[in-house]
Amino acid sequence: MASLSTASFAEKGADLELVGITKRFPGVTAIESLDLTIPAGSFFALLGPSGCGKTTTLRLVAGLEEATAGRILIGGKDVTSTKPFQRPVNTVFQSYALFPHMTILENVAFGLRRRKIGDPVAKAHEALRLVELDHLASRRPAQLSGGQQQRVALARAIVNRPALLLLDEPLGALDLKLRRQMQLELKTIQTEVGLTFLHVTHDQEEAMTMADTVAVMNKGRIEQMGAPEELYELPRTAFVANFLGQSNLFTGPVTSSTADAITVDVGGVPIVVPRTRAKRHAGEIAIGVRPEKVTLLTSAPAPQAGRNVLGPGRVTDVSFSGVSTQYLVMVPGIGELVVFAQNMVFGPVVHVGAEVWVSWNADHGFGLDDEPGDLPRFAPDASTESIAIQRRVALEEELEQA
Amino acid sequence: MTSAVPAKAFEQASFEPSPRAGRRMRLRGIGLPIYTTLALLFLLIPIAYTFVFSFNDSGKLNIAWQGFTFDKWLTVCNTQGLCEAFGNSILVGVIATVLATALGTLIAIALVRYRFRFRSSISLLLFLPMATPEVVLGAGLAAQFLTLGTEKGLLTIILAHTMFCISFVVVTVKARVASLDPALEEAGRDLCGSPSQVFWRITFPLLLPGIAAAALLSFALSFDDFIITNFNSGSVDTFPKFIYIAAARGIPAQVNVIASAVFLLAIVIVVVAQVSRTARAKRLARQLG
Repeated sequence: MASLSTASFAEKGADLELVGITKRFPGVTAIESLDLTIPAGSFFALLGPSGCGKTTTLRLVAGLEEATAGRILIGGKDVTSTKPFQRPVNTVFQSYALFPHMTILENVAFGLRRRKIGDPVAKAHEALRLVELDHLASRRPAQLSGGQQQRVALARAIVNRPALLLLDEPLGALDLKLRRQMQLELKTIQTEVGLTFLHVTHDQEEAMTMADTVAVMNKGRIEQMGAPEELYELPRTAFVANFLGQSNLFTGPVTSSTADAITVDVGGVPIVVPRTRAKRHAGEIAIGVRPEKVTLLTSAPAPQAGRNVLGPGRVTDVSFSGVSTQYLVMVPGIGELVVFAQNMVFGPVVHVGAEVWVSWNADHGFGLDDEPGDLPRFAPDASTESIAIQRRVALEEELEQA
Repeated sequence: MTSAVPAKAFEQASFEPSPRAGRRMRLRGIGLPIYTTLALLFLLIPIAYTFVFSFNDSGKLNIAWQGFTFDKWLTVCNTQGLCEAFGNSILVGVIATVLATALGTLIAIALVRYRFRFRSSISLLLFLPMATPEVVLGAGLAAQFLTLGTEKGLLTIILAHTMFCISFVVVTVKARVASLDPALEEAGRDLCGSPSQVFWRITFPLLLPGIAAAALLSFALSFDDFIITNFNSGSVDTFPKFIYIAAARGIPAQVNVIASAVFLLAIVIVVVAQVSRTARAKRLARQLG
């Protein structure tokens, strides 16, 4: 055990590999045979709504929960049946979990002392300098602000130089401005110390800003995994398309296809999608386009190859948000579309009730892998409201168990 | 806060016209201090009486004031059996407190942190000794000891006290455990602590205020218990039992001395704790400033 502990004082990050991990709680399956490989030194984000299994995944890796089936490997070593303190892993908890009865310095030195690493005080000071809080070393956690506590929690974890650092929604309790600042700081620290970071969050913007690779989780499975740009520009499922930003989704049968493109009949209007950007090429399929790729026109455009046009429709809602304006456009027979337009002039260009056409470059569309029939269940699952409801449901369940 | 209730009721009950409102205000202004003073006097008179009469130069009976003396304080152990009974009470209190606090703390942690079969029924059953009349508990225990053929004495008193103290410890410590973020212990495990290290360095220090409160409560309950003790003590005397028996033929002033000493000790402990807490708060505030 001693040798394992010492060896875990890692100089650099290690790979994390999950093989067929399943976790069942009485009555619920939290994770269903999950396979995941996170390369050493990367900043990996697990993104998903509450209850999707992302926190459970994290706790399994930390050793705080036991997997029902499957194996966990860190740096090639099987750690599935080891205790949390035997794993080269440390966690930054959502509630920070700083020990209230110890000073900041003792909090940070705690892990070092338990493992009998030489010179814990100097190393703790060094970690506190990294998060720029060394001047508060003799205070108690209760005397620190939320942002400062968060940084102490980070220092307390990285001072142990774990091969893998787990972050459980660490910025969730901070206000927006502080969160932005901490996102950048976390990213800088990760580059500086070169450890593998596994970050769990339900904030899509946070995941996209910080991570090299994002895995979107839903109902215990990974829906899609890749670089943030890749996930955003080419979502594979309706869930990803709606959870990561917003999307306009349509369904219809494929009516014709060429070597480069397929044409889908959406409510009688032919919509062209590039073949390489569509996952399915025949039958009923679901396609979509991002709202900022769509242009709003006040008169019917002349038919043009390579552009999809829908309309006429009516503007049902205009909401101004500074940088851009969001329009909702109801197109009869097709449904409601969202359009983001940059505010190039002062204020909105059209008002509620105006007759408009929407158009987008055919190259910007994407085709999904879902069965179109499944679409409604994916509807807006990502709004803060639904997250709040899920939170409440989870809390109620917890209270019932207690 | 309780004193505010009658004042308010009085205000609502009177439907006087506005010119007399000023007088009503004045009435309340006098009524509240009088009420408060009376309530405090009512609470403190027995204690004051006990204290004052510990200096009474009395003979066998300590009822009428005979004159001031320190003698009773100096010859406290001269009264037959008094100091022995007091010593027994302390011994029983300490042992029962240690046992009840240790067991009760473990039970409280198990009840809050773990899910197991019959968990809620156990919680309920633990409440029963608190809810049952002491006479019933005492008589029931005495019957059991009789059936087992156990000779009544210090051992049976300690067992009886431990039993009823456990309930109070569980209730007190449980509240503290429930308010403890489980993530703290998880953080301890995560930071390379073995289970025993996590318990002694994280869980125990964080529960300590609750455990200390439970221990004080246990000791206080054990120290002044008479009913259960009387059923299960046989020939052994404890301090409350001594007073009860003495009361039949006149309580000697030495009893007042011991009672006053215990009271003074408790006051000193409270004052010291309060002063040190204030000093610590000031020190922390200075650090912050």
